[in-house]
Amino acid sequence: MESVLRILPISLEQGFAYSLVAIGIVISFRILSFPDLTVDGSFPLGAAVAARLIVAGYPPIVGIVVAVLAGFCAGYATGFLNTRLKINSLLAGILIMTILYSVNLRIMGRSNIQLLTFHTLFSPMEGLGFSRFYLVIPFFFIVAYGLKVLLDLFLHTDMGMAMRATGDNEQMIRALGVNTDKMTLFGLGLSNAFISLSGALVAQDQGFADVGMGIGTIVAGLAAIIIGETLIRAKSVRAFTLAAIIGSIVYKMIISIGLRIGLAPTDLKMATGIMVIVALGLPALKKGKEGKLHLRGI
Amino acid sequence: MNGLTKIFNKGTADEKCAINELSLQIKSGDFITVIGSNGAGKTTLLNLISGTYFPDKGAIFIDGNDVTRIPEYKRASYIGRIFQDPLRGTAASMSIEENLAMAEKRGQKRGLKWGVTKAKRERYRDILSVLELGLEDRLKDPAGLLSGGQRQTLTLLMVTLSIPKLLLLDEHTAALDPKTAHKVLLLSNQMVEENNLTAIMVTHNMQQAIEYGNRMIMLHEGQVRFDVSGEKKKNLTVEMLVKSFGDVLNDETLLTATKAD
Repeated sequence: MESVLRILPISLEQGFAYSLVAIGIVISFRILSFPDLTVDGSFPLGAAVAARLIVAGYPPIVGIVVAVLAGFCAGYATGFLNTRLKINSLLAGILIMTILYSVNLRIMGRSNIQLLTFHTLFSPMEGLGFSRFYLVIPFFFIVAYGLKVLLDLFLHTDMGMAMRATGDNEQMIRALGVNTDKMTLFGLGLSNAFISLSGALVAQDQGFADVGMGIGTIVAGLAAIIIGETLIRAKSVRAFTLAAIIGSIVYKMIISIGLRIGLAPTDLKMATGIMVIVALGLPALKKGKEGKLHLRGI
Repeated sequence: MNGLTKIFNKGTADEKCAINELSLQIKSGDFITVIGSNGAGKTTLLNLISGTYFPDKGAIFIDGNDVTRIPEYKRASYIGRIFQDPLRGTAASMSIEENLAMAEKRGQKRGLKWGVTKAKRERYRDILSVLELGLEDRLKDPAGLLSGGQRQTLTLLMVTLSIPKLLLLDEHTAALDPKTAHKVLLLSNQMVEENNLTAIMVTHNMQQAIEYGNRMIMLHEGQVRFDVSGEKKKNLTVEMLVKSFGDVLNDETLLTATKAD
């Protein structure tokens, strides 16, 4: 019990920070039914952009805003490959993800940038005589939950409903006069904007940006979504975004516990991968019970 | 309304010529039924009208406006369409009221206004209660929970929320059980008449084709083989059709002819 309490603050901090990735994945996989793999590139893209701008002397908020815009462009590019150039959705994501690896190295100028000695968004929260968790956790909570609520609201507007219908029944909503290509482009942009924002915040929180920090982001995000949706049996849009946040926290807790009881950090990605395989594969093995955990877009 | 004019001339370079130099004028208020055997081009014709595909030759006009190269989503302000598969007309994961709200915005700009307002919800409840399917109490249920017949009825209702210049019914009762099919058909007919809609209904069922609408055309090999309207159509019987066109109609259509008797 005591060890659970000890891992709670770090799980909450990281859980809320990474929940923006999970929310981004909800937009692409869940809302648009688009299995977007840009994630592994757009997460470090946000980190790289923010880090580079902060090191260059810009205020952290500028770095964050530019990171969000860059993420939007990355998602838009994947959407462009799919809708205009008719490249398969999975391949489109992989192509942009691969391209972003070089782009991120270009942006940073080297493979990693340390931010500990620079003024970041979190600098004012340090050295106040009490644990930084007291400020950092509420901050990430407000950002994650606030954006979740805003996204929920958007998805219930006329335009947001058209976006949901694009993922649900593209032919129907096109017959109702919606340019579904535009919806896909905008939705993927929005999704990757969330993910880049997460990268920009995480880089400042942990004090560095690294070109390899994106590896496995998509799998970890999917794991979080699966955990969250199982826990709260999500059916509505609001429940999906809530599940992303809750799942993200629980996922980080599971990982922390795993590390404490002897899981090697190097095996983390394998463990996460196996977790996702089991969660997705188990219903298929139980005959007749067709995918309770079935993720649209996978 | 000026009356709709549609001229089709499509000759594909492909081996299969689904619609061949077909010309058709549709007057405002016409309710046209279309029959023809499989591969006669019935669905292709609807796909061309709605803009799912573009013709290789020829042009399509609605109200005198050339819409030949206008993409499907832009034509939506003119055209409403109901498909054979009941699942295609509604978004399964979205609620009944959301589906209705989306349909009401057909062909209009969609901004950041709240999708389902209280006023809309009240209105939808009233409209749905007329159907006597109990849907008025299930506004927040996802459309995916409804039966095929209910979903098709909902789709039909969705069309009436924003009256199109032209309604395309693509064998929209073929996938339903006979009783539900009959109900949906009656409702469609009532809707077309009440709103004075211009409609095209594709069907496999000769009896239906004769019974409904004021004009009937028969397609064969991508061309209009037979075009009858008004009094002449009213006096038509399935036997007459079978006698005259038995050679061009395939088994399936003939089968429905015998069933309908």
